[in-house]
Amino acid sequence: MSAAGFLSQLLQLAIALTLAPILVGWVNQCRAWLSNRSAPPLLQPYRMIRKLFHKDAVVAEHASWLFRMTPYIVFAAMALAAAIVPSLATDLPFARAADAIALVGLFALARVFGALAAMDIGTAFGSMGARREMFVGFLAEPALLMVLFTASLISGSTSLPTIVDTLAHREFAIYPSLAFAGVAFTMVSLAENARIPIDNPATHLELTMIHEAMLLEYSARHLALIEWASALKLFNYSCIGLALFLPFGIAEGSADWLAILGATPVLIVKLAVGGFALALIETLSAKLRIFRAPEFLGTAFLLAVLAMLVNLMLGS
Amino acid sequence: MIGALPLIVYAIVAWLAIGVLALVPTGGGFFGRSLFAAGALVGLAIAVMALTGIGDVPQAMVLPLGLPDLPFHLRLDALSAFFLVLLGAATAGISVYSAGYFHASENESPRLLCLQYHVFLAAMALVLIADDAYMFMVAWETMALSSFFLVTTDHVVPEIRRAGFLYLLIAHVGAMAILLCFGVMQGGSGDYTFGSMRSMVLPGAWPSIAFLLALAGFGAKAGLLPLHIWLPEAHPAAPSPVSALLSAVMLKTAIYGLLRVTFDLLNAQLWWWGVTALVLGLLTALFGVIYATVQVDMKRLLAYSSIENIGIIVAGIGLTILFKANGKILLASITLVATLYHALNHAFFKSLLFLATGSVLHSTRERSLGKLGGLIHRMPWVAWAALIGALAIAGLPPLNGFVSEWLLLQAFLFTPTLPQSFINMLVPLAAAALVLVAALGAYVMVKFYGVVFLGRPREAQLAYAHDAGHFERVALAWFAIGCVMLGLFPGTVIAVIDNVNTALIGATVGHAGDRWWMLAPISPERSSYSPLIVLVVIVAVVALTIQIVHRTYHGRVRSGPPWDCGFPMQTPRMQDTAEGFGQPIRQVFEAFFRIERVLPSPFDAKPQYRVTLSDHLWQWLYLPVVHGVEFMARFAGRIQQGRISIYLIYSFVTLLALLMFIR
Repeated sequence: MSAAGFLSQLLQLAIALTLAPILVGWVNQCRAWLSNRSAPPLLQPYRMIRKLFHKDAVVAEHASWLFRMTPYIVFAAMALAAAIVPSLATDLPFARAADAIALVGLFALARVFGALAAMDIGTAFGSMGARREMFVGFLAEPALLMVLFTASLISGSTSLPTIVDTLAHREFAIYPSLAFAGVAFTMVSLAENARIPIDNPATHLELTMIHEAMLLEYSARHLALIEWASALKLFNYSCIGLALFLPFGIAEGSADWLAILGATPVLIVKLAVGGFALALIETLSAKLRIFRAPEFLGTAFLLAVLAMLVNLMLGS
Repeated sequence: MIGALPLIVYAIVAWLAIGVLALVPTGGGFFGRSLFAAGALVGLAIAVMALTGIGDVPQAMVLPLGLPDLPFHLRLDALSAFFLVLLGAATAGISVYSAGYFHASENESPRLLCLQYHVFLAAMALVLIADDAYMFMVAWETMALSSFFLVTTDHVVPEIRRAGFLYLLIAHVGAMAILLCFGVMQGGSGDYTFGSMRSMVLPGAWPSIAFLLALAGFGAKAGLLPLHIWLPEAHPAAPSPVSALLSAVMLKTAIYGLLRVTFDLLNAQLWWWGVTALVLGLLTALFGVIYATVQVDMKRLLAYSSIENIGIIVAGIGLTILFKANGKILLASITLVATLYHALNHAFFKSLLFLATGSVLHSTRERSLGKLGGLIHRMPWVAWAALIGALAIAGLPPLNGFVSEWLLLQAFLFTPTLPQSFINMLVPLAAAALVLVAALGAYVMVKFYGVVFLGRPREAQLAYAHDAGHFERVALAWFAIGCVMLGLFPGTVIAVIDNVNTALIGATVGHAGDRWWMLAPISPERSSYSPLIVLVVIVAVVALTIQIVHRTYHGRVRSGPPWDCGFPMQTPRMQDTAEGFGQPIRQVFEAFFRIERVLPSPFDAKPQYRVTLSDHLWQWLYLPVVHGVEFMARFAGRIQQGRISIYLIYSFVTLLALLMFIR
């Protein structure tokens, strides 16, 4: 573990933690513009988190320790994931701790704790949200892993830095397997991050919400941490997508400070474009009924399988 | 120095002696408890002896028992030693638990139960060290019979008698297949020792026939599709510690048998055996997990989850065969490690969960998920242990279930190097099926844990639930710590399992066991996972975040009624029931179930809604067989006319026929 690697690790983590709420703010702004509303400021999520931290936490009477610990555990899992996903550099000491498969396991850990906490209060909406979140999760997870498998078959590794190193050095062309995998990954990311068409982050209509229903009982600092963790999750998924499909501009190998500083604006530009694309998808599509989710995610799964088969047959 | 094998034999004799001692009528509560505790110590001793002897050269022994000229052959090699470690470690915990559990339950004959329990343990250990077919079958049948009596402990209940009968029936169908398998493998030499089977080279299709018979026979014991039907009936019928033994250890003896026959007794493996086992295993896993999601009984849910895990293990065996048959020795050894690791993990987390349900059952007298809830407040010990078990079985880092799943997925990713090109296409799909199973497994565990331990109590009497007793706590802690340790130190565990590889595959996993804190089967650049770092980072971030948030802002907490979108009337009945939580899965996988719905009509005075889920295989496989047997019995019954003259005619005709033949 080199000292430079450790520093780039810390820098990347710090940038992930700061940029994640801004990314959410940017997506919200774009959504507002696209639907002809006046947009909230870019830093609105930060103000929200700050406000929530100042408030007194209200916890339901019969909540157990699980309910109070879950926001911290979810936040920690997402922070660790942010340290592992290469967004600025590929020389990440922590990346050894978990490869792509273990990363999916980390996301699952956060999801399971979220669902358990939602059931802890024992309200109708909480358990409904938990059930639906786990439902979407079990549909999305195989598709996500198939996408990661495709990338790891190309690079002969499941370690994310190695995958990025390999993919960034191929000659620039459109690879059919990656094209299929990219579409599949986009669909999975929409579902996993509770975006339209599977879920609507802006809704508070009880019967249609999935992720929000799990958070109904949270308030103050607990809610702030969970919102921050959700933003980090969106950031992590965006970075995985960028790393797999647009790895150019990332600081490779044992890069020096200059390269990492140079990679930062590239990352911001890529995220801005990606965030706008996300807002565009959300504006152009309508939310699906929950029982249409298997069809949506089944399509994603088939596309990912297709990507893998194309890769096996054509070798590209 | 005396070897490990004689010591293990002494330990088995000690178990039998404990069982016989239990019959001494003086036994009060203390006596019975100390017998189970002594049994636990014997189990621990077996585990330690097998663990220290796992790397030694195989030892053999001949006991001058049994029929004349048919002495009992015993042998301890790495494979036996690994499964003995599993048996000993699981038994140690379960016996300690039994010391508390059977003392407190008003069982009819705890002394008889203690005998059956220890005979069962001894039989399982003998299965693992048997070195001839005769000895193996004697131990195997003793195991089946003693466990039958344990399953039917509550024999006054008709359903339990029925479950016991079904168990015995399938066990014997399986035993017949195993017997035939040994018959095929002795190859006409008449020598039934495993040593002669090893040196036998079977001609033509005979090895394949032997493998398929072994798959059927051991599959029946393990709960492989389509011979799984006894498992969800027998596991809930038995007392909880016995369910834990059945699920954690007895199913593994079947896995042991399959490995022994496939990799040790048969000289060469064919690749299509691997495909068969892989497909069958994945189907079983998928079937088990889908059925587990819709169960409403705690123990049935866990039983179906056992079917799922056995499916995963058999799929791993299939993949190992596939690699070995194609000469990919290194990959075969990695896959075998993943498979055995999963077997060990399953022994720990499934024991833990079955024992936790035992404590819940004990304290609330309720098995139905729909009548539990909120037990995390009343039973904190059990809730903690069960949480670890549930997270482990759901395959979440940094616990043990994830390690074996991770290794298995890595093994699946290595397949594009196989010569059969269509398998290269199929295996990634198999990996996807495995991921689907794992994700559904998490769903099942959220349902199990959430409905039983979280939320609010669904029934008033749950307010009087009490936590587990001292013995039960020790046992739960043993398994919970085991789950954590197996998860955190995969390198050490793999270094132990690697001894089995040397014996069965003829290769080691190489560098995977080098670093105790990190897993990297080929190289860290290729893939790596370090559960210890994951745990340390998560704990550190949690502690740091709490500190920062509390220092910077404040730690004020108010408690109030739950908000629930402002709905004023909220009763515990409004929480998701077990049926409700499983409903989305039931809807998505409707084709998997045979669903009978009774819907009310608008004019019913007392409208009723009822849904019954059952297994298609009953309808498609078992009932036709039952009808066939009944038909043949009725046909045979026509011969029996009950008149002496008819029977005299039979004798006369038989005599005539015999005279014609012999002349």
